[in-house]
Amino acid sequence: MSDIKLPIYLDYSATTPIDPRVAAKMAECLTIEGNFGNPASRSHSFGWTAEAAVDRARQQVADLINADPREIVWTSGATESDNLAIKGAAHFYRKKGNHIITMKTEHKAVLDTCRQLEREGFDVTYLDPRENGLLDLETLKAATTDQTILISIMHANNEIGVIQDIEAIGEFAREKRIIFHVDAAQSTGKVDIDLEKLKVDLMSFCAHKSYGPKGVGALYVRRKPRVRLEAQMHGGGHERGMRSGTLATHQIVGMGEAFQIAREEMATENERIRMLRDRLYNGLNTMEEVYVNGDLDHRIAGNLNISFNFVEGESLIMALRDLAVSSGSACTSASLEPSYVLRALGRNDELAHSSIRFTIGRFTSAEEIDYTVELVRAAVKKLRDLSPLWDMYKDGIDLNSVEWVAH
Amino acid sequence: MAYSEKVLDHYENPRNVGVLEDDRSVGTGMVGAPACGDVMKLQIKVNGDGIIEDAKFKTYGCGSAIASSSLVTEWVKGKSLDEAAEIKNTQIAEELALPPVKIHCSVLAEDAIAAAIDNYRNKNQ
Repeated sequence: MSDIKLPIYLDYSATTPIDPRVAAKMAECLTIEGNFGNPASRSHSFGWTAEAAVDRARQQVADLINADPREIVWTSGATESDNLAIKGAAHFYRKKGNHIITMKTEHKAVLDTCRQLEREGFDVTYLDPRENGLLDLETLKAATTDQTILISIMHANNEIGVIQDIEAIGEFAREKRIIFHVDAAQSTGKVDIDLEKLKVDLMSFCAHKSYGPKGVGALYVRRKPRVRLEAQMHGGGHERGMRSGTLATHQIVGMGEAFQIAREEMATENERIRMLRDRLYNGLNTMEEVYVNGDLDHRIAGNLNISFNFVEGESLIMALRDLAVSSGSACTSASLEPSYVLRALGRNDELAHSSIRFTIGRFTSAEEIDYTVELVRAAVKKLRDLSPLWDMYKDGIDLNSVEWVAH
Repeated sequence: MAYSEKVLDHYENPRNVGVLEDDRSVGTGMVGAPACGDVMKLQIKVNGDGIIEDAKFKTYGCGSAIASSSLVTEWVKGKSLDEAAEIKNTQIAEELALPPVKIHCSVLAEDAIAAAIDNYRNKNQ
């Protein structure tokens, strides 16, 4: 136990540390001795060298997803990519129709962008997932109209880690000639992405969920069949006019390197991470009244989102101060609302309040997982000993039959 | 969230956790709702002189809710029912230095005292 460094980081879906190999490449692009030039400078070697580094990174990103480098547009992150994809496509194709379809469990970067488009006069349908978090293709088909111009469905969910069937959704969207956008912020390096096969038109990426730096991302914009976007950021006409702004060479180089490592190592890495996740799950699910949120099979390897019934999430996080995890509990959010993702699954509020998201990554060790299991089991026991709901459950009282005084 | 040392102390070492055997001398108050994320159960044992001689609690909720209920079990002991009823949520919030978003936890603790007293009085009319 002595060699475990506390707190243990189990929040890899929030962000990842930069891989040291990536940081080394980035550091080469900063100072006077390094590759600091503006990639848009055409008149000297500083610019040419920087441009070459950006081109290399573009190829590295394209290689991970089997795309053409000319289909990659650099952005500041997945939020900007989502905004550019959704607003850009909606604005460009608004003469064709004004209906957009997305899902209630999408990231806020998609949901709030759609809300903005509603204010501009677009109609948006927010689909419910099934209880396991997955989208039923029939629900999507039923929601589609002749006015539908855009479908936006995420690849892997940030909270519960479930992987949507973007292959099937893409086939349907292509058949109906509807633009299909996928937020893939959480899936690079975790799920195979082959854009030669997938009928995806726009795909959002970021670097910092895959051991690259924060503040950089990319949008894939399909060339064949060609997808057009209205720019959201205007200026020097960078990125073929789709996203102006001086390219941040060090960030872009970092993203490229991170994605290359992801491509080379994802098979072995995912196997190792899945083993750790299962070790964690097996260590916790022998307790009573423990529920996994979201489908366990169609799920990225590193995610375990689990609810401990009759224990409140924030107090559990307090007891787990040696762990860096996140909770769907209301008390950990500024709004005092429990996770909208868990609510969309139809989970009752109690289970949403008592949920913890563990996300495992490249630097997690088996010793850390074993220690985590011990800590969590002890904390849940302590809090259940404190919980009047646990006593009632043990006495066989149905909590749904109690008339609670809501406040 | 950064909690005060007093909240952390009550959370780490909650006072008077438990259940009192139900009889005429015991008043039980349960307030809150699971869907809201907190439920407090407070019990008081009242002696022949009308003084609260023991108090126990169990709470489902965040750290502030647990600390608020632990604190009031300490405060009500040795008080008469009327004195206990005068404990205000503002005193609880001040003692524990609760942040604004956690004030509702102290309100819930005040409600729990009132509910326990009501229950005792109803039993002993």
